[in-house]
Amino acid sequence: MENALVRAGRALRLVLLIALALLFLIPFYLLVRNGLATEADITAPDWTFFPRALQWGNIAELFADPNLPMARALLNSTVIAVATTLGTLLLASLAGYGLARIPYRHANAVFYAILGTLMVPAAVTFVPSFVLVSSLGWISTLRGLIIPTLFSAFACFIFRQYFLGFPRELEDAARVDGLGYWRTYWRVVVPNSRPVFAAVGTIVFIGAWNAFLWPLVIGQDREAWTVQVALSTFTTAQNVNLHELFLAAAVSILPLILVFFLLQRYIVAGVERTGIDD
Amino acid sequence: MIRSLLGPQNRNLWFWVFVGPFAVGLALFTYVPLLWSVWLSFFDAHNTVTPTTFVGLDNYVSMLGDDAFLSSLGTFLLFSAFIVPATYALSLGLALMVNRVRIAQAFFRSVFFLPTACSYVVASLVWKLSIFNGVRFGLVNTVLGWFGADQTAWLSTTDPPWYWLVIVTVRLWLQAGFYMILFLAGLQRISPRLYEAAAVDGAKPGWQTFRHITFPQLRATSVAVVLLLVINAFQAFDEFYNLLSDARGYPPYARPPLVYLYYIALGSEQNLGLGSAGAVILALIIAVATIVQARWFGLGRKED
Repeated sequence: MENALVRAGRALRLVLLIALALLFLIPFYLLVRNGLATEADITAPDWTFFPRALQWGNIAELFADPNLPMARALLNSTVIAVATTLGTLLLASLAGYGLARIPYRHANAVFYAILGTLMVPAAVTFVPSFVLVSSLGWISTLRGLIIPTLFSAFACFIFRQYFLGFPRELEDAARVDGLGYWRTYWRVVVPNSRPVFAAVGTIVFIGAWNAFLWPLVIGQDREAWTVQVALSTFTTAQNVNLHELFLAAAVSILPLILVFFLLQRYIVAGVERTGIDD
Repeated sequence: MIRSLLGPQNRNLWFWVFVGPFAVGLALFTYVPLLWSVWLSFFDAHNTVTPTTFVGLDNYVSMLGDDAFLSSLGTFLLFSAFIVPATYALSLGLALMVNRVRIAQAFFRSVFFLPTACSYVVASLVWKLSIFNGVRFGLVNTVLGWFGADQTAWLSTTDPPWYWLVIVTVRLWLQAGFYMILFLAGLQRISPRLYEAAAVDGAKPGWQTFRHITFPQLRATSVAVVLLLVINAFQAFDEFYNLLSDARGYPPYARPPLVYLYYIALGSEQNLGLGSAGAVILALIIAVATIVQARWFGLGRKED
């Protein structure tokens, strides 16, 4: 009796999980379905699960459309996301290592000054940051889109916590070999810390690729649009070409889906790290 | 003199070589804008960042007396009242189920976590133009149509305010998997011995074990999750902007604080003084709320 009940419960759980998984996948399916359908198929009153014929020609149409600068937007997003990721990793890991390992009288004061900025969410500072960036003349430039986002207190904090637990013996061995802080860091610490770099890197990359408010405020000219800003401009416009918009959205999440599946292990590790440290 | 500045083995120098670039950048792009903003908030700064007309606390007075600003705080409270419990319950439920499932565990975890890779812009696009499209070919309207229901204009109906359903479900879908991962990590930190001991004491698996072992053991994770959910809800912008604004602009309802601020500071008025005052007020609210919550949860923990 007990066994049958347990088995029924387990079956029920599996059915519920499958149903929820399908529900969670619907939006992704809609992106592809609508992206590869004709406009008539999308707006047809009798909803079909599969488009009558997959319109691969939509892809060529999308990149040829002069109204929706998709190629340029993809290029901008790529440059911004890659530069932001590399820059954040470099700056935050160096700072995290210095705070964790180099004895300095005011290290704690510096650390708390950095930590304090976590109390002020970046989104609340967007008006003053906009003021600063516009007075530097950086509106609609890659500089303005990248540089102000490079200094992540959150990434620095994760690196510091990680380096505090880094095995000292490895560094001591390097010290014996006559390496100073700088070369110890590059030759011993970095090569042995790949997982944390991968974890922070993937999270920063996803955040940079998906960022919206800052690129919307700073990337005002058409040439400076990121993928998100370009998509948003057409989502909120009056006349939208649905199949093109859905296809553009599908193309925009493709790189992230790849990153996600290749590096999921590290993302999960990174997210768990955030949770523990909070 | 120089020797003492550099410190033993040039440690002071090396500390700043490592920390300096980051610290300077952070100061420049966080502390400077904050201070500048505080300064601007005391001036009449229309369309300029170097104002000359000092207006004292006028910006703060008009901000706090502005019904639209107060109603944006109300919008945030209402939004939190929906999204915080919904995300908490769904992500905890998913974590409990995924943690126990024996078939294709990695698959389920990936599927629920996958929306984390999707942007708010893309999700809003799908919600607005496909799932909750107000016309007949919208997915929800189609499904409801099979049961004979009339089509609903989900995003532009204010009575009843159906747009809340759209706004809440999009964020729920996007973030539930992230918090599920946090709960899964929390579940894995619970010692199996506790469950064995509970079984010996006669606790039935299921609700009793959850109520007396799992839930109390997840306390630290729960606190972190709720704090993150509230702070993130306070900063909501992307889905509101992309779901509700159209060629005619943003409707007069459902404006959370950041949307309100965006239109004040960067809209046609470009009132940076008023916008700065609003940013300062929001920063203070967040700081106070964080401290109060930390104190409150902290005190609760001591009593345990």
